[in-house]
Amino acid sequence: MTDKTLYDKLWDSHVVRYDDDGTALLYIDRQLVHEVTSPQAFEGLRLAGRKPWRVEANLATPDHNVPTTSRPNGVADISDPIARIQVETLDANCAEFGLTEFTINDIRQGIVHVVGPEQGATLPGMTVVCGDSHTSTHGAMGALAFGIGTSEVEHALATQCLIQKKSKSMLIRVEGKTAPGVTAKDIVLAIIGEIGTAGGTGYAIEFGGQAIRDLSIEGRLTVCNMAIEAGARAGFVAVDEKTIEYVKGRPYAPEGEILELAIANWLTLHSDAGAEFDRVVNIDASEIKPQVTWGTSPEMVVSVDMQVPDPDQVDDPVKAEGMRRALDYMGLEAGTPVSEINVDKVFIGSCTNSRIEDMREAAGVAKGRRVADNIKLALVVPGSGLVKQQAEAEGLDKIFIDAGFEWREPGCSMCLAMNADRLEPGERCASTSNRNFEGRQGQGGRTHLVSPAMAAAAAIAGHFVDVRDF
Amino acid sequence: MRKNYLFFLVLLSVLRVLYGYLIMKKFETFTGIVCPLDRSNVDTDAIIPKQFLKSTKRSGFGPNLFDEWRYLDHGEPGMDNSTRPLNEDFVLNDPRYQGASILLGRKNFGCGSSREHAPWALEDYGFRVIIAPSFADIFFNNCFKNGILPIVLSVEIIDELFGLASGETALDIAVDLEAQQLKTADGKVISFEVDAFRKHCLLNGLDDIGLTLQHVDAIKTYETRRRQEAPWLFSQ
Repeated sequence: MTDKTLYDKLWDSHVVRYDDDGTALLYIDRQLVHEVTSPQAFEGLRLAGRKPWRVEANLATPDHNVPTTSRPNGVADISDPIARIQVETLDANCAEFGLTEFTINDIRQGIVHVVGPEQGATLPGMTVVCGDSHTSTHGAMGALAFGIGTSEVEHALATQCLIQKKSKSMLIRVEGKTAPGVTAKDIVLAIIGEIGTAGGTGYAIEFGGQAIRDLSIEGRLTVCNMAIEAGARAGFVAVDEKTIEYVKGRPYAPEGEILELAIANWLTLHSDAGAEFDRVVNIDASEIKPQVTWGTSPEMVVSVDMQVPDPDQVDDPVKAEGMRRALDYMGLEAGTPVSEINVDKVFIGSCTNSRIEDMREAAGVAKGRRVADNIKLALVVPGSGLVKQQAEAEGLDKIFIDAGFEWREPGCSMCLAMNADRLEPGERCASTSNRNFEGRQGQGGRTHLVSPAMAAAAAIAGHFVDVRDF
Repeated sequence: MRKNYLFFLVLLSVLRVLYGYLIMKKFETFTGIVCPLDRSNVDTDAIIPKQFLKSTKRSGFGPNLFDEWRYLDHGEPGMDNSTRPLNEDFVLNDPRYQGASILLGRKNFGCGSSREHAPWALEDYGFRVIIAPSFADIFFNNCFKNGILPIVLSVEIIDELFGLASGETALDIAVDLEAQQLKTADGKVISFEVDAFRKHCLLNGLDDIGLTLQHVDAIKTYETRRRQEAPWLFSQ
């Protein structure tokens, strides 16, 4: 038998049938649903008189639109009437079609990509989809997980399948050990800096090498989360003992004999020794330093000890023009040391960095210190009700509040600013989220992507600072 | 009364069947104006900003396409867009490109979020073809679901088209999906590639769900086998 990549194994085990031209009907084990990309899909089902094919394969929770301020009255506390209607529509659709939903004040509510692994609802070897590009996150469990549009949300609801063509395969091997203070976020930003935001387009990426194996599952979730920022719909990591230990005992995870059967299968979920990839990228982990983006695309990234780059030094005229536009939007001069860039707001949260380890990492920096006077707002938004509960049990909320951070309710929050948490025009933010596009965190807002430790350090110093010296 | 009720039921089922097959308009040969958008990495946040994603409908996004680049003020849902100040420097507001149905872009067009509101906004505005040297995967896929044809051409041809489209008069291009060709008024012909299955669906306006449901038996057979092999996938 020929050696297979992990991607081959995940793909092959889910093909229902092939068409003559190689288009596959791919079976979907789990669909996660949120309020923004589902209403038109449910409406489509209703109009066509269709029902969900396997309703228990779906799990829903509102996340994008929910307020992160106190919300004792649940949906009634959403002040924006259009946002409220969207969350109410999700509640009504889940009730009508019979989907399990963790509603706004359920302790299990949170960002879909935090909730899935936390509940054991996304398991190794699954195909996982969601109407959200950051679905790649779940690949950290050894799953094939990718984002889809609303038409495909409806398709997966109605048929439990999607019509797909297989991508090419890429291995990104991060060998060696990272230095202290260098996190999963820095690894993935460095990868995007290396291959570019379109580097992974048309590929499914397997992240491997010692530095990836050394990461916790939560660190791997952060890396896979940003596969889409490198252009790849799916990113994943091979299953190991850490994956299995992480899954055991979670509410949706199998138990007893079925668990034993599952583990035997999960331990085969890695690329075989002789498996071939369409592209291999090698990265030396020991060379990665804390990363800070300076522009309006995640590939516009440098190490914290560097300067804002100069478009005049770039040969490609289209790229240079893109850099000039980004510098103009960001209000930055080429050659400015990153450590001299002042920050107005700080956001610690999002599906990239809002898990308990992220909270601990940021709290470790904030402990016993104070947010700088020039910081208008420093927000900490846990990824789910359960993350919030755990953080509070550990006293992390007190550390943040004592340091001058705000401690909020779970949701997507200022990652995309659909709720009230946003930047005003011209404001500069150190953010643990995943996109620094123009207007992403609010019209005219300026986003710098960093790790939770780097964001907390920027809040304390009032400007970017190398967390390794902190 | 009862007769009316029966009539209503029959009408409803006819509409359901029609909806299943006529969800998309058939993609027919047309000639349109090319609007050149000279930026790389145009992301879906730029195509349709987040505040418009709160809608629970599929239509009506056109007036807010590229909202932050197109208008000088901050847009919110429910505003009267006809009275908002326009950014005259933005290409969509250029008099040459009014009524454009072909959008010419740069590399990695449609990157970022999976929001299908992006192709909904482009389609609602009137774009039926997007030409770029490369597209982000999810956006590329979403276009086909909404009757939009994304065409990949080489950087050299794209550069040439930017030159032609940026002249004093706009560039008109005829799009023939059947023949997989673009034709300019002066007779230049550019061939393009398109996936055979997607071409078939576009030309016939086919609904994917209807196609997949022709394979109900195969899906059920697969499920039966997987329940035996991997029962943990079916426990909850």
